This record gives sequence, structure tokens and C-alpha cells, in this order.
Amino acid sequence: MNSSAITVILSATIIAGTPILFAALGEILTERAGVLNLGVEGMMLVGAVAGFSTAVLTGSPWLGLISAMLAGGTMALIHGFLAISLRSSQVVSGLALTIFGTGLSGFLGKRYIGVSLKAPFVKIGIPLLKDLPFLGPVFFRHDAMVYISFLLVPVIWYYINRTRPGLNLKAVGENPSAADAAGINVFRTQYLHVFLGGALAGLGGAYLSLAYAPSWLENMTAGRGWIAVALVIFAAWDPLKALLGSYIFGGLDILGFRLQVLGVMVPSFFLKMLPYLFTVLVLVISTSRRSKYVWSGPGSLTKPYYREDR
Amino acid sequence: MFVLKVAVEMKNISKTFADVVANNDVSIKVKAGEIHVLLGENGAGKSTLMNILSGFYTPDSGEIFIHGKKVELTSPREALKCGIGMIHQHFKLVNSFTVAENIIMGNGNSALRLDMKAGIEEIKKVSQEYGLQVDPKAYIWQISVGEQQRVEILKVLYKGADILILDEPTAVLTPQEAEGLFETLRKMAKKGCAVLLITHKLDEVMEVADTITVLRKGSVVGTVNKADVDKRKLSEMMVGRETFLRTGKIDNHPGEELLTLDRVTVLNDKGIKALKGISIGIRRGEILGIAGVAGNGQKELAEVIAGLRKAEDGRILLRGENITGLSVFDRINRGISYVPEDRLGKGLVPGMNIQENLVLKKYRSAAFSRGAFLKISKIREASREMIEKFDIQVSDMYSPVKFMSGGNLQKTLLAREVSDTPDVLVTSYPVRGLDIKAMESIYDLLIEQKRRGCAILFISEDLDALFQLSDRIAVFYGGQVMGVLRPEQTDINEVGLMMMGSKKTGVA
Repeated sequence: MNSSAITVILSATIIAGTPILFAALGEILTERAGVLNLGVEGMMLVGAVAGFSTAVLTGSPWLGLISAMLAGGTMALIHGFLAISLRSSQVVSGLALTIFGTGLSGFLGKRYIGVSLKAPFVKIGIPLLKDLPFLGPVFFRHDAMVYISFLLVPVIWYYINRTRPGLNLKAVGENPSAADAAGINVFRTQYLHVFLGGALAGLGGAYLSLAYAPSWLENMTAGRGWIAVALVIFAAWDPLKALLGSYIFGGLDILGFRLQVLGVMVPSFFLKMLPYLFTVLVLVISTSRRSKYVWSGPGSLTKPYYREDR
Repeated sequence: MFVLKVAVEMKNISKTFADVVANNDVSIKVKAGEIHVLLGENGAGKSTLMNILSGFYTPDSGEIFIHGKKVELTSPREALKCGIGMIHQHFKLVNSFTVAENIIMGNGNSALRLDMKAGIEEIKKVSQEYGLQVDPKAYIWQISVGEQQRVEILKVLYKGADILILDEPTAVLTPQEAEGLFETLRKMAKKGCAVLLITHKLDEVMEVADTITVLRKGSVVGTVNKADVDKRKLSEMMVGRETFLRTGKIDNHPGEELLTLDRVTVLNDKGIKALKGISIGIRRGEILGIAGVAGNGQKELAEVIAGLRKAEDGRILLRGENITGLSVFDRINRGISYVPEDRLGKGLVPGMNIQENLVLKKYRSAAFSRGAFLKISKIREASREMIEKFDIQVSDMYSPVKFMSGGNLQKTLLAREVSDTPDVLVTSYPVRGLDIKAMESIYDLLIEQKRRGCAILFISEDLDALFQLSDRIAVFYGGQVMGVLRPEQTDINEVGLMMMGSKKTGVA
């Protein structure tokens, strides 16, 4: 393999990792507030179809993007209502959201199958940076959504670790009762971050339908939402590690395709299985007894909070 | 002398949980600059009342006035705005945060950016003003319970509270640490704070209170000045009848050593050594009390004897037989019973009824089952007998035990554990959270077992109870035995010092 082949593969890796990265960043925010949302897959699909239909109807991918975020966020609010206000099981509610989102997106998207998008997100090289040797083609010749994901990672990291609202967010996720006693509005904090999580999942879905494909296919996320959920554990709820993890998954995702192009004789089904196999491995390793006590995530994750509990 | 102003007035407060009346038409007045004690048994409604004042519970009816102004305390946030800060019995701290982060969190009115350095400076100022020593950069899980309490106090002071509520603050402290806390409280009262202290310990009341309000069964019995009362009078108000503190001790000359721990080392859940090569023995017909601040290896001690935790090193002998490697099941069959501190999680199955819970350890026996089938009528019969014998109040034999009161739960658990006539009985905090009557019947049960010849390990945080019941007291600190004492040859002060790590040579 020569160096240009490597840059092509790395560039494709970033593209394949981007939808997972959006979704994982969103899930990190949600889980940091102590709420587990297993509906990522469903929210991504609804985001993808909402974004695509809006972009087709208005001709603007940017309006599609906003619509995808609102759609994902609205889906997440259903989960928020069940999990935060009604204090129902977060696992059950999240699973229901995925099933609901899969069905809803298939239903809404029926008339958009085979429709082509006139104005998808196109690749824009960043002046000067795009001409850097190696780094240019890998990082700086992408579409706008990839650049947004680049920016979101440090922004979310800074938000969680260096701001007052971030400290309050962590307190709510660790010990909502302590946060409440310190005067933090637990209810509002959880709702806000559940919504943001859904909006980012919607963005991840929209990346698939507005930039990656760009078209609408039923069930086009193909399990990426679940990978994002697993990735949050792998990343230990840290946006920087989520970036790394997303690209590892992205790399595995395109590896199959590339190996076939190069004529390596491996069954395609085996290669398609790789990211999911890796997901299982990640879960086994990161939840094994040895690493459990290092940090096993926000202390009150999945536990509903009720102030008058005795 | 100037007249003290009323800081808090609660009028006709009522609060009901499900069908339990926690507060019934309660009214109190607390002045700025005084230490006001809320005295009452467990379940008298002290904590409920203070949780209402701190915004955690919403009262069903009643009014609250702060500095003469009517307020609606709909959340802890609202309460903090009125200057009310509460130090809860179970600290409201984030364990994975540093001291400074815990104190600063929730102060969202200033800049978006988190300026840790400035925050730490401010914390140091407040901590010096009140003489509360803490290390702002230490993590909560690294510091002692006493230090955690100082963090809680600093937190509410930092937030500008001038009405302080402390819920049973000395339960987790050694006598010496408690003295330090009282010093701080007096200092705060002198600066004009209103201090509300919840307790059921009469000695503390006499030491620190200015004014005392006694609660019983959710209602106010009376408010008195300390100068006008004595301990006997207060205890009468508290319980509603005269109590007499008895010494339940019977000397039946403990026999041979039944259970021996020989240089046992055990790890805690975090993989750190919780017991560091300890050696102790318990004799037939003896109650060995274990004293120590919670978290110094008591839980691990009980669990390693019951077989729930592995011994990394050392041996455990029962009647000379090495049982170190045996399973829980084998140990039960050899006569070891365990009453865990978490009675409704580890001790009993919350969702099962009392009959099922009572036969949980012996449903396999021929008396209660044939093959895979249970003999329901035999189980019901045996349960009825035990319920009567142990005087357990049951409204419904078929409803889940989680609806029973703490005292009845503990009796159920003890009934199951002692009905096998065990040789060794391990009890962890058996009277925690129980009222005086329930406490007395639990102690009677233990004494009866002792008389029968059972070797009893009695883990408790209540030094008075330890002195009353134990034949010997072993003091634990940092996973080691600081010494074994006879209660008649020592006093609470000495035990208190040992609980903080000073060693006593020579074994009783």
C-alpha cells in the first residue's frame, strides 16, 4: 500500500466514524445526567428521515440538519418524560424508543426511498490546511458536518470539565440527592441533557442521510446507534476518548469494503460482523471486574430520582 | 442581655406518608443565636420536620416563617435562598468529587467558567473563620467520616446559611470528634446563627442545648429550657412513660472458645485490605461487642465469618475445625447464623411474605418439603408459632415483608436466625433505626441466646449498648483490633480514643 492509499483509508475512516461520534457525544451528555437512553438507534433513524425530507422539500441541507436535531430531541423528550417525570425503567423505555423510532422512520420515509437529494453536504477543503501533506487529505477535505463534529468534541469536553453547568451536570449524574441539596435543579438538568443527547443522535442520523449516503434507506443506521451506546462505556464517558473510539469503529466499518477492493479473500459477512464483534469485546473488557473499580460511570445512572424517597 | 430574635417559625405543620402520620400539627419557634435541640425517639418525626424546613419534603398543611416573613419552601434551592442549610444524616456529598467541587457545586449565579482557584481561596477563608479544617483538593472517598461532616457544614456556610440543621450528627463520630463539633456549633450560635440539632441522645442534649423541643409520634410534647429540666424528665417526655436503663448482663461464665479467627486478612469491595491479620475468639455463652467508627472493618468481619467474603490469609476455626474454605451453606449447617446490618436487602427478601422469609434457610428439610414441592401447611404452622413466640406484629401473612416496620422486620430476621439454635450468632447493628421498645425486645432476644450458650458477635455503634450487653469489647480501627476490654474495667472515653487509633496493650 502506498501513502495515498493510506490517506484515502484514513479519510474514509473519519467519515464512517462521524455518525457514531455524534450519537456517542449525545449519549455521553445524557448519561452524565444519570439517564440511560437506549433509544439512540431510533432517534438516529428519525433524525435521518426528518433531515432528509426537510432537505428535499426545502432544498437546504442546513434546514435538514436543524430539523433532524429537533426530531431527535423530541424523541428523547418522550424518553425523558417516562424516565424522569414518571420514573419508569430507563432500559424498557429506551428499548421502546428504538423500536418506535425504527417503525416511525420507516413509515415516514416510504415516499423518500429512491429520491435523490439535490443539495447534499459537499466536501469543502479548508484553505491552507487542506494542502498540508498527509494531514490535509485526511482531516481537512471533508463536508461541513465533519468539521462540526471536530469542534463539538473539545467544546463538550470543556463544558463537562471546566464550567459550572458542567460541574452541576456531573453532580446530578453522580448523586442527584446531593445535587438537589446543593440547590441544583435536578429535573431541569436531566431534561436539558436528555434533549441535547437526542438532538446529537438526530444529527448523527442526518449525517448518514445528508452527507454519507446521501439518500434515505429504511433502517439505514444498521446498528450504529447501538455501537454508540457501547462506545460511551468504552470511552468512560469522556468525549476525547469517544473521538478515538468512533474512528476505531469507523475504521472497522470500512475495512471490509477496502479489503474486498484489494482482493483479499475474506467472506463479506465476516467483515461486516467486525464492528459488532468489537462492540462485544469492548463491553466485556470495560465491564470486567478489574477495571470496574476504576470508574464505572455516573453513580446514579438508570436510577430514577424522587426527592421525597425515604 | 439583648433579646434573641425568632429566626424560624413553623406553624401547624402536618405531613403524611402513605398512611403513616409523620408530623401532626407541629409548631416550633427557633431563635437566632441559640442551639435548639429536637429530641425524640426514632420515628417521632424529627427528621421529617427538618426535611420540610430544608425544602426536601412538601408539607400537607401548615405555614413557615423565616425572620418573620412567610415563605414557600418548594425545593432545597428555595430553602438555601432563605438561608436554611441542612446537614443530613446520610451526607449529601458526591464521593467522586473533591471537597472543593462539592462545596462549589450548585452556585450557578456567577460566571460560566469554573474558577477552581478562586473557589478554593474562598473555602479556605470560611474554614478558617469557623475553625473547620479540610483539604479542599482531597476527594470525598479519601477522607474520614468526621472530615466529610466538616465539608457538609462548610458547604452550607459557604452558601450563606444562617439557619443550620444537623440530623443526628454525632452518630458517626467518636466522643472526641463530637466534642469538637459541639465547639463549632457554639461558635456558630455566638455569631448569630440559629442551630437546630436532631438527636435522641440525652447526654448530648444536656451538654449543648439552649432550648429543647420534644417530639413523640409526630406531635410536639413540649418546648423547654435546658435549665428547667434533667435527663429523667426529658426521657419521660420522649417515651411517654418512665424508663429505667437496665444492665442486661448475666454472668454465666463463658465456656470454651467456639469461634476463632487466626490472623485473618480480608479485602473490601475496592480491593483494599479491610482486615489486617486480626485474631479474636468468641466463647460459648459470651457476647463479644465490636466497637468502632463504621467502615473500619466491621462489615468485612461479619461477612468473612458468615462466608460471604473470602479470607485472603489466615484461618477461621469453629470448635477447632477449619472452616475457612467452606461455603455459606456448609457454615449454616455447622451452626453459624448471620444477621446483616441491611435487614431488608441482605437479611430478608423484601418482595416475599413472612412465611417464605421465615423458612428461607430450611425449606430444604424434610419437615417443609418433599422433593421439589413445599409443604405449605407445615410452613404456615411453623410460621404462626414463630410469629407468636417472637411477638411479631403481622397484619397479613401473605403480604410482602417490605411493608413491615423496622422493629418487626428485625424480629422476623432474628426469629429465623435463632430458631435453628445456632452456636455462633453474628449480628451487625441489630437495633439501628429502632425505637426504644423494639430495641429492648431485640436485646432481650440476644440475652436469651447468650443464656442458651450461643457465642454472639455484637457489632454496634451505640457505645452505651455495647457497655450494657457485652462481656468483652473489641475495638476496631483501620482493620485492626486496637484492644479487647472488659466493660467494667474501662469507660467510654478510653474506648473512644481507641476508636481513633490509639492502641491498648494487654488483652482482657
